[in-house]
Amino acid sequence: MLSKSQARTFFLGGTAVTFAIFLGLSWNSLVNEVPAQTNAHLLNAEVVRGKALWEKNNCMGCHTIFGEGAYYAPELTKVYERRGEGYIKAALMSKVPWAPRGRKMVAYGFSEEQANDLVAFLKWAGEVDLNGFPPKPDVKR
Amino acid sequence: MKYESQKVAYWFFAAAILLLSLQITYGFIMGFARMGYDGLHEFIPFNTARATHTNLLVVWILLGFMGAAYYIIPEEAQRELVAVKLAYAQLISFLLVGVVAIIGYHLNYWEGRKFLEIPRPLDWLVVVNVLTFLGIILTTLYKGKTRTTTAMVLAMGLLFAALLYLPGMIWFDNQTMDSFFRWWVVHLWVEGVWELIMGGILAFLLIKLTGVDREVIEKWLYVIVGLTFLSGVLGTGHHYYYIGVGKIWLIVGGIFSMLEPLAFLAMALFAVAMYRKGEKRHPNKLALYWTLGTAIMAFTGAGLLGMAHTLPQVNMYTHGTLVTAMHGHLAFWGAYGMIVFSFITFAMPNLTGRRLYDTVNGQLAFWLSNIGMIGMTMAFGVAGVAQVYLERKTGLEFGAVQQELEVHFFVLVLTATMFATGIILYIIEFFRYGSPQDEAIGMEEDLKTIY
Repeated sequence: MLSKSQARTFFLGGTAVTFAIFLGLSWNSLVNEVPAQTNAHLLNAEVVRGKALWEKNNCMGCHTIFGEGAYYAPELTKVYERRGEGYIKAALMSKVPWAPRGRKMVAYGFSEEQANDLVAFLKWAGEVDLNGFPPKPDVKR
Repeated sequence: MKYESQKVAYWFFAAAILLLSLQITYGFIMGFARMGYDGLHEFIPFNTARATHTNLLVVWILLGFMGAAYYIIPEEAQRELVAVKLAYAQLISFLLVGVVAIIGYHLNYWEGRKFLEIPRPLDWLVVVNVLTFLGIILTTLYKGKTRTTTAMVLAMGLLFAALLYLPGMIWFDNQTMDSFFRWWVVHLWVEGVWELIMGGILAFLLIKLTGVDREVIEKWLYVIVGLTFLSGVLGTGHHYYYIGVGKIWLIVGGIFSMLEPLAFLAMALFAVAMYRKGEKRHPNKLALYWTLGTAIMAFTGAGLLGMAHTLPQVNMYTHGTLVTAMHGHLAFWGAYGMIVFSFITFAMPNLTGRRLYDTVNGQLAFWLSNIGMIGMTMAFGVAGVAQVYLERKTGLEFGAVQQELEVHFFVLVLTATMFATGIILYIIEFFRYGSPQDEAIGMEEDLKTIY
């Protein structure tokens, strides 16, 4: 039967091994995969300012991006492709709550420049290689 | 209790359940908003309610863990806490940081990264606070007469939880990198080191409640936390499927996260087996209910429901839908909410000297909150599956799908009311105990003659 010291060895050994593998895989992802999959060369000042605005206003508190967020408002990874620049800017710059089908968005009333930054961020996000996410609908209505 | 300084735990528990009631209030605000009644939008928009709801969860659970540690460590180390006054100051400052953060969320002052919304300057205060807490715990342990496995596992969990907070404080220009390291905090907390803390608390409770030999319980504790890290560390990969990193994570994350329920299964089997093996029956029946309850509900909510959508083929469709909320609610309640409740239920008679071991209110609190939460999980589950099908499979527009789902949130609010009723009863019981008393010191020793 398993002794206490064997159990401890299992815990410490298992942890050390899996953690080492995890660090190795993480390193590989960050060095070899992220630059190519996320088009790191396209991260210009506009995109970075857009990301800062995205965080500063907690957009993730309602929307999702890369599937991460709060599911109260639409997934925005492909919004640039889906809605186009004009629609996105109208929603961002609106002085009254944007409320398609009655569900309200905070009326941020962003400036033209801020809206452009956010559009740049969303356009960049739309081009990231997400291993096939979001899936294409495949059932006929 | 055996040591006077253990009394500080009471105030952590009181603060924890106060914040829980606030968390539930914000949950209702969101439930109503999803039903279409968002009258508070101007003052508390959804993102504010959401950040407040999840951050209060983290803070009250952490307060519960800290309170439990302040109770457990003196008994395990066989000495008073060092610096008791500092422990009180730590509680007050922790609450102050929390209050400032939550007020900030209502004024659009935050760092909008899911679960880690606390703004950077306040992050540093959290770090100082947690270091103070760890300082007290580790020094007490170091100066103590004994260093038990239970205490070491608990302390190790708390220490790693503090260390893992740091990767969440690095700024990245790239959203993918940001997300990558955010999960180092969030995932490695809840599916890693928090399980260590939970395991430590559970072991302590089982030693006290069942009377099974410490050596046996602690041996299985090692196995459980071993399984946790063996599966959970590489299981982080299930958050990396679709955020802009390579396909290797689909394989690694898929396999190892499928193994994650093993730790929770082991915990459930362990708790039940120890209960059956134990020869003594501690009179604190409610504490036993909560303790066995948490082991079983953690396996169901965190283990099984997590496994249900962790394979990449499934997660491709469920990622970023209400299916996640289904798993999240039962997982956090079952694993972490209930372990804190178990501990409070166990500790209160010992802290106050009032033996409310098996009361009608206490029983109702247990059953109503648990059945209510299972109902909520089912409402989220039905809404989530419907959302996946309508939005991801048929391609119906997001807003149109949300309107179809409103009815499920009526069920959610109804079952949440049941849950909240249970919690209110629990809080009433908590206050019936009154404040901690010096006369209660050593009272457990008398208890040994009763059972």
